[in-house]
Amino acid sequence: MDVLVTQIFNGLSGGSILLLAALGLALTFGQMGVINMAHGEFIMAGAYTAYVTQNVLGSAGLSLVVSLPIAFAVGGVLGVVLEATLLRRMYHRPLDTLLVTWGVSLVLQQLARDVFGTAGVDVPAPGWLSGPVELLGFSFPRTRLFILLLAVAAFVALAAALRYTALGRRIRATVQNRPLAETSGISTRATDRLTFFIGSGLAGVAGVALTLMGSISPNLGTSYIVDAFLVVVVGGIGQIRGAVIAAFLLGVAQSWIEYSTTASIAKVLVFALIVAFLQVRPQGIFTVRTRSLA
Amino acid sequence: MNRRWAVPAAFAVAAVLLFAVAPLALSPFRLDQLGRYLCFAIVAVGIGLAWGRGGMLTLGQGVFFGMGAYLMAMHLKLADAGPGGTPDFMALISSDGVPWWWEPFRSEVVTLLAILLLPAAVAAVLGLATFRRRVRGAYFAILSQALAAAFAILLIGNPTGTGGSTGLSGFRGFFGFALSDPANRLVLFFTAAGVLLLVLALVRQLMVSRFGELLVACRDAEERVRFLGYDPANVKTVAFVVAAFMAGIAGALFVPIVGIVSPNDVGIVPSIGMLIGVAIGGRTTLFGPVLGAIAVAWAGSALSEQFPSGWTYAQGLLFMLVIAFLPGGLASLAWRRRARAAGPAPVPAPLPATQ
Repeated sequence: MDVLVTQIFNGLSGGSILLLAALGLALTFGQMGVINMAHGEFIMAGAYTAYVTQNVLGSAGLSLVVSLPIAFAVGGVLGVVLEATLLRRMYHRPLDTLLVTWGVSLVLQQLARDVFGTAGVDVPAPGWLSGPVELLGFSFPRTRLFILLLAVAAFVALAAALRYTALGRRIRATVQNRPLAETSGISTRATDRLTFFIGSGLAGVAGVALTLMGSISPNLGTSYIVDAFLVVVVGGIGQIRGAVIAAFLLGVAQSWIEYSTTASIAKVLVFALIVAFLQVRPQGIFTVRTRSLA
Repeated sequence: MNRRWAVPAAFAVAAVLLFAVAPLALSPFRLDQLGRYLCFAIVAVGIGLAWGRGGMLTLGQGVFFGMGAYLMAMHLKLADAGPGGTPDFMALISSDGVPWWWEPFRSEVVTLLAILLLPAAVAAVLGLATFRRRVRGAYFAILSQALAAAFAILLIGNPTGTGGSTGLSGFRGFFGFALSDPANRLVLFFTAAGVLLLVLALVRQLMVSRFGELLVACRDAEERVRFLGYDPANVKTVAFVVAAFMAGIAGALFVPIVGIVSPNDVGIVPSIGMLIGVAIGGRTTLFGPVLGAIAVAWAGSALSEQFPSGWTYAQGLLFMLVIAFLPGGLASLAWRRRARAAGPAPVPAPLPATQ
């Protein structure tokens, strides 16, 4: 019983990290068809933002809260710059966006190496997050609970924004029928840019959350980007809620298999499970019928 | 020059350069380097077929390259250890002896067969699993990338079996020949050069065959190919398998030439790195990927000798500039000139429609 609860909690916690990394992708890849390999480096940029913020403020307690909006802005600006300079011209070539953004990610990684050094740096967690929470006789680390809450909050905020705000309506309209949205007076160009800002900003938030998990290094993004893409593929393209289910499923599967084998075998088995799953549902957990992508 | 003779002439020039000029003009060290570039060129030929002709962006060629390389490395390690012996690095880490899945590779025949068949078999399984279910485009790219990630993680996580993150190195012999002997190294170089010419000839035949036309048709209008009664899944799988087969052979040649294989040669980063030369040279052409791969590998070692971090910036910028502004690669400059010289005649569709 102890093992069961611990494994499920570890899985949910791993899943919430995946979800944070994948939410932005679900927007930029799922909704806009851009395969942004630099998303991982936006996550890294968010993590280093938290590091810099903490060094400037000097207090761990405040800096986590302050760095969340700053990292959102940093990630968002990086995304908008990328969109405006390179991606703009290649929306009809999704596979090429993958390679272009891979180039961007190489440059950003090297830049981080030159600025912050190859070795990992630590961002100490604030005092109010240290130690475990006792709940029903089990103890859960506060940092992991915080990440879980942050992931759920990010998802709820994104889903609500897409559903209830004017901007969300514009984004959905542009995604579903670009020419018609344009005819109805929506500036699809501005909408694309805002969508990219939000998606990339979420990567920055994910980066801040990752600083709670351990030290951060320039290749931080590479270790999450593949899993994040898998989450989007399994969840179904263009499906935010699919990403949520997929992230938690993969997190729990990973932690469960890891418990009975090793971390590296678990990775391989989870990949095999995903390929097997795509045999049953090639379109992911949820299907979009309005348009075909890729 | 008459176009009919252009390709055979290019083959002849390549053969003279590789077999006569290079061994005379280069020092043994530079010749080894060129041999390494030739290995990447062999991978590039396969990528040109799968990606340029077939529209399948494979980000997992490092897996097949790595399979060939590790199989060869395992055999060389076992051969160095002698019959019944345990390779040095294994003896250091654990005293359990050789794992059972190493044992078959004591045999030269089994090793060579495995190098030829295993990467192709894995590619066939993955290819059929994805293309049958019409998983393609971006999805296929991401899956192949996940395969590369999983493979590298598996190698790193298994230090007693695969040498972990340091990989396998320190080989002394190659099928009974000493690797320290310059004459044997020359033979290795000639082998790589010969294999490159052979795979080029193979892809050339595939390109002009009915299969080549079907493959391009699958890239440009998969649904129509299906309506015509062909199964695009089979066509694409064959191209993917051929590409994996070539990458496997290249990996097997890489090991004795370079003397080491580690997860750094097979993971996500090197797998995508294998694409850049293909993109620069011109993914849809026969010789473009080869020339691009050699040029990029050469530039890579030249630049990283001078500026260690400079090469990463250069590689990133190359990706951005070539893909964004010259998606047909350098070869498309030649088409444009030819098209301009020929006036408004129809240009042979140069840009692959990557969905």
